[in-house]
Amino acid sequence: MGNEILKRRERLDRGVKVRTDTIYAVSSWQEMFFLLVPRLVLVVGLLSAPLIAPNLYWQKVICILGVFALLSLGFDFLSHFVGLVSLGGGLFIGVGGYMSGICNYYFGLPIALSIPMGTLLGAILCTLILLPTLPLRGVYFAIVTFAYPLMIERAICAADVLGGTDGITGLTMLGNIWFSQYMILGVVLFSTFGLRKLVNEDIGMVFRGVKDNDQAIRASGINITLYKALAVFISALMGCFGGAYLTHLYGWVGVSLLATDFSIFPLVATAVGGPSTLVGSLIGCIILVPISETLRAFGALRIVMYSLILIFFIAYWREGLLNWLIRKYEQSEHWTRV
Amino acid sequence: MEIIIYGTINSLILLFMSAGFALAYSVSRVPNFTHGALYVLGGYLNWMLLNHFGVHYGLSILISTFSVAAFGWFIYRLFVIRVRGMQLSEILVTFAVALAILEFLRWHGLRGSTFVLPSFYNGTINVFGVTVDYQRVLVMIAAIGIVIALHLFTHYTKIGLGLRAIAQNERAALLLGINSDRSAALALGLGSALAALAGITIFPLGNINVATGYDVLILAISVCICGGLGSWKGTVVSAFVLGFAQIAVVHFVAPQYGILVSLMAVILILIFKPSGLYGQQKDLEERV
Repeated sequence: MGNEILKRRERLDRGVKVRTDTIYAVSSWQEMFFLLVPRLVLVVGLLSAPLIAPNLYWQKVICILGVFALLSLGFDFLSHFVGLVSLGGGLFIGVGGYMSGICNYYFGLPIALSIPMGTLLGAILCTLILLPTLPLRGVYFAIVTFAYPLMIERAICAADVLGGTDGITGLTMLGNIWFSQYMILGVVLFSTFGLRKLVNEDIGMVFRGVKDNDQAIRASGINITLYKALAVFISALMGCFGGAYLTHLYGWVGVSLLATDFSIFPLVATAVGGPSTLVGSLIGCIILVPISETLRAFGALRIVMYSLILIFFIAYWREGLLNWLIRKYEQSEHWTRV
Repeated sequence: MEIIIYGTINSLILLFMSAGFALAYSVSRVPNFTHGALYVLGGYLNWMLLNHFGVHYGLSILISTFSVAAFGWFIYRLFVIRVRGMQLSEILVTFAVALAILEFLRWHGLRGSTFVLPSFYNGTINVFGVTVDYQRVLVMIAAIGIVIALHLFTHYTKIGLGLRAIAQNERAALLLGINSDRSAALALGLGSALAALAGITIFPLGNINVATGYDVLILAISVCICGGLGSWKGTVVSAFVLGFAQIAVVHFVAPQYGILVSLMAVILILIFKPSGLYGQQKDLEERV
């Protein structure tokens, strides 16, 4: 141990990263490319996915990927920027789906109205039923949000309302597959960049304050519950849109929309893609959804593999993919003597 | 009369199902969301030992309980120890392990009604005009015995007091020479052993299937949360409240509403009194 030379890895921001933080971002093409390339890769990649998809099956997979991406974005936003760990994916999807199903089936509204109505009404309803639980923290909020969809599912089956276990069939379908794909991808891109913008605004600072030190926020005369409700509403809007969209994609709404898959998947996607980055959860979806489709042949073993991935990322690689990529992209590393 | 007898039986079954979870989560604050999976795993191992290896019943119970306990200890050593202190990650990791176990069993062929454990003793007994089979009587006795034993263990033995100490104040416990990692691993191991034991004792009443794993987890969580963390009294009381409520709903409303009771109870308790009926955790009451 005595004469061993101790070294550590030193990380420094690259010069181009420091410049692009400020107005010098527009000083040369190099800086502009540095900023633009990752964003363009994501946008162009997502928008060209429908063109690459070989058949109708994979085109449907893209649609479902979009729904999961919306849920994961909402989960990442709520849990890492507002501090509400919500497992309410199933709740959002289910309520949004049933709302737009009801609008379409019982009131005969066309899709152009029933999807927005389902989204908005669903989000309002979700916010209202989560309102009394907002004071809860951490695990307890997670347990309540996890229990809600289970309970609604069983209540619908037990009371045999809204189609009971069979669900409501014969809804209007989103006919054109190209339109369906680009609609959901557009919404996903809009919400990704919208949320990133939002968390960097003043209101984003309040949200992060609620997460880190809610007493300090309250001492500043800001109503915490109002902001938490707002955050839940934003997240629910995205989730309920996903639900309403799924309903009309299949022309069917049923209790499987309240399934725990929708609650668990965002967690896995965020853990894999990198927590508290927003885009990370999107990338997690882009990686996991196709993998899960190819593994479909393995049946129940698919979920085993899923859980193993989750365990690996949570226990052994906490930063996730995107945080690692960002570090490699923005910083240079070298060994220095201590 | 029927309601009282079956309510009592149902409550004690609930109590037995959640004893292991309560020991690990409420008393020592190590979340063991693999509980339901280990419950099924215990029953399944026992079935395998009995039917494929022809082990004697008593011996197979011992082997399966001990191997599940060792499994719980390994879960702590391999995964939970790396995320110790981050409550949500602890829960996620243990839940992921549970998913892996249950879905592996499903893939391995655990479905249908072929997986039935034999009762310990056959026969029925007549209690106040209601026939009850011996297995249910046995479950009741075992549940009462285990809860008393656990109460004595966590209040009067050094190891048991150590388990409670790490939940109350981990640093002070460390100062007093309690090895917090060893205690937590022990809590998880003991909790898993209890889960397996409960599975082995209760499964002869029905057949072993994967869905039970999820239901048991939900029931155990609801009992512990309604009772309040850190309190045996709360766990017992809430097991009885939920048990009787379930039977009453099944009897007076409709059978399919029975499962709603526990979920409803969790949501209502968390909204109105988050620390539970007898909870001692002040931090839960300090809400914003």
